[in-house]
Amino acid sequence: MRSNFLMKKRLYSGGILLVLVLLAFGAASMTEFSLAKCFSSIPKAIVWSLGNFYPVADSFAKLPDILAKLQETLLISIASASVAAIFALVFALIGSRVTKINNFLATLSRLIANIFRNIDVSIWALVLLFSFGQSSLTGYFALFVASFGFLTRAFMETIDEVGADTVEALRATGANFFSIVFQAVIPMSVSQLISWVLFMIETNIRAATLVGILTGSGIGFVFDLYYKKMDYHSASLVVLSIVLSILLIEQISNYVRRVML
Amino acid sequence: MAMTKTAGPVLTNGGVPPFQEGRIKIRVLSKANIAIRLTMLILAVLTIVGFATFNYQGVHLLKGLMSTLANFKTIFFQPQFAHFTLLEAIYQLFITLSLGVLTTLIGAIIALFLGMLAAENLSNKTVSNSIKGFVAVIRAVPTVLWVLIFAVSAGLGSVAAVIGMSFHSISYLTKAYSESFEELNQGTIEALEGCGASWWQIVCQAVLPSSLTSLISWTFIRFEINFGVSVAMGAAAGAGGIGYDMFMDSAFYYNLHEMGVITYLILIVAMLLEFMSIKIKNKVRA
Amino acid sequence: MTTLLQFKNVSKQYGNSTVALSDVNFSVNEGELVSIIGPSGAGKSTLLRCINRLIDATSGEIIFDGADMLKINKKHDLRALRTKIGMIFQNYNLVERLSVFENVLHGRLGYKSALVGALGLYNENEKKQAIKIIQSLGLNEQVYKRCDQLSGGQKQRVGIARALVQEPRVLLADEPIASLDPNSSKVIMDHLKNICTTLGITVLVNLHQLDVALNYSDRIIGISGGRVVYDGLPANLTDEDIRRIYGSDPEALNLIIQKPKEVAQKI
Ligand SMILES: Nc1ncnc2c1ncn2[C@@H]1O[C@H](COP(=O)(O)OP(=O)(O)O)[C@@H](O)[C@H]1O
Ligand SMILES: [Mg+2]
Repeated sequence: MRSNFLMKKRLYSGGILLVLVLLAFGAASMTEFSLAKCFSSIPKAIVWSLGNFYPVADSFAKLPDILAKLQETLLISIASASVAAIFALVFALIGSRVTKINNFLATLSRLIANIFRNIDVSIWALVLLFSFGQSSLTGYFALFVASFGFLTRAFMETIDEVGADTVEALRATGANFFSIVFQAVIPMSVSQLISWVLFMIETNIRAATLVGILTGSGIGFVFDLYYKKMDYHSASLVVLSIVLSILLIEQISNYVRRVML
Repeated sequence: MAMTKTAGPVLTNGGVPPFQEGRIKIRVLSKANIAIRLTMLILAVLTIVGFATFNYQGVHLLKGLMSTLANFKTIFFQPQFAHFTLLEAIYQLFITLSLGVLTTLIGAIIALFLGMLAAENLSNKTVSNSIKGFVAVIRAVPTVLWVLIFAVSAGLGSVAAVIGMSFHSISYLTKAYSESFEELNQGTIEALEGCGASWWQIVCQAVLPSSLTSLISWTFIRFEINFGVSVAMGAAAGAGGIGYDMFMDSAFYYNLHEMGVITYLILIVAMLLEFMSIKIKNKVRA
Repeated sequence: MTTLLQFKNVSKQYGNSTVALSDVNFSVNEGELVSIIGPSGAGKSTLLRCINRLIDATSGEIIFDGADMLKINKKHDLRALRTKIGMIFQNYNLVERLSVFENVLHGRLGYKSALVGALGLYNENEKKQAIKIIQSLGLNEQVYKRCDQLSGGQKQRVGIARALVQEPRVLLADEPIASLDPNSSKVIMDHLKNICTTLGITVLVNLHQLDVALNYSDRIIGISGGRVVYDGLPANLTDEDIRRIYGSDPEALNLIIQKPKEVAQKI
């Protein structure tokens, strides 16, 4: 009986393992991915990086340029997350089962957020490129749309978790919708909501690099520029500046989260 | 619980409230409230500074928005193939999915080991903290840069893409796995240690079985993310797949109709994956 | 004695299958403290929530202060009536991040327009009244404390204060002591009794504990499976009645069945 059970379990795990291996082989052949090349290229990449991918004195001359673009990217990331948060809050309040006005609007709001969230930021950037060209607005709107989709869902879940009972209590006092939202729902969830916005800003800085490469703007653009000119020393300085700013913002966010609670 | 009627405090006692003079204040500003307000204020100011300093390059905001709306209309209401067929598009979609699969699997295998080392109950504090710091730094480099950096020596293509994309998967899953491991009851581990079980025995007999469902759930969530990442890497870093077609349609053919088709295909797959990962998550929680 | 609240053939069905209340009839007089007892799932919470329309009954009439609650259609009218009905909850349902004072003042929101309420503007009279009520419940020291720093008993007193600043005609209490220790429970029940006798506010309280109900109520309504199976004085409650209310729920039988005799004798 017991050995039978163990046997079944082994067969089951074996089966799953087999499926995963087959999946990996299928995927590798689809994409012409070779594990051997993968293993050989990692040491090559390390050797290359140690030899080429570090800033030299020359590259520091480009620092003002890089920092200007970095500042632009940071501001785009912050502005898009902040403005998106306002829209997301409205949609989340309409979509949350705790605060919804009616089922139709709630479903509509969820559907819109769903569509915005599930289309990758790179696609938004490529579409917006048509109208806004290489201006900062392309990046701003691409990040705005992606942030909106993500934050709406995050806000909705936060409100769902935090509010139901207290909202019921305030409804029982005869309070109207706006009183309930501003006196109970927002005070209860505000620190969580801000925490999500801070997270979104971090995410946006990374995404801004990608969007910049695609659309020729911001920090992604300068990286691409040096990269294509094979000026890897300057490119490494760009990477360094991105890494430092993300780590810094992470530290600030963590501090703010601690104090807010 | 014996309760008998006793006279409670009188409700309408005429006691003089200590708050008689002037307006009674309702709120006291706590440190937390100050932090919240300050954060919102700073974000608002930086947003305004951003809008004031953006590089607009003469683009008119309203005109741009109107034309974007028109473009959305084309994309969502007039999707049409031009350069390839549905079958080819689906093939490209599978390439994108395959990149996601490979990245997720590689990430999961490596993260499994790093996750054990990063879990405080399976490792020691120094090792755990250094691993956690290490993966935080890895995460600070955007995925597209990892891919491009590897592309210099490996050439643009699936190898550079998978390696580059794996970094964030490793980082994400290491954090998720280690937190799952840390949820395991410390008592269970100590009991097994008391029986003289070795570290590997504890891991294989107690830790992995009890956290398996949560590991699977996290891995699938990462797969869902990786699908989006591979679309992006196809567009921006030569990883191929449907993202590359999207990029060509946008940057070279200026074909919004075909972008519409691709957008729908990606949307369908993404929603399907999200649906599945929610199903898995609920199953794990139950 | 005037009738304040009357249930006439009230039924409530969730979805297609769950019948939470079926054909409930009873009435409550002004100034009474009525306990509603029954096993969990009997429909106690549903019954209370039907009164202030947090839940809409499926059929029947609920006459409160002369008006049929179920016939009120305008949101505005419903809110105006709700201000006359205070409610307290098992889990207090406060905004934990806010101060005691702010939470108590929430009881005034029903009287305010959307804008004034959203901004949380209260006049001095309201604040003075709130302070008075807070003091009468023994929370002087806690006025500006955040609610997440209070004990359970204190939180429930804040819940009572929030209901009282509404200036209600009736107080609905849904298992107000189910999460409290015996001492705090006694304090809360004493307050409720006191509100009833000195302020003349009618109190309807859902209780799990039979002994508490026997001690504090003017009248007991026992429900089981969504039906009223007992409606009368605590002193008249027999073992037979108790068995009818709690059915064969072994836990309830073991815990409760011996007690009522002795408690009933004490009264
Ligand atoms: N929102 C709801 N949807 C469906 N069924 C519900 C809901 N609320 C309560 N019920 C059901 O109605 C019955 C009565 O519940 P309730 O009024 O909460 O009982 P009590 O408060 O006495 O424990 C139970 O069978 C419960 O499962
Ligand atoms: Mg209940």
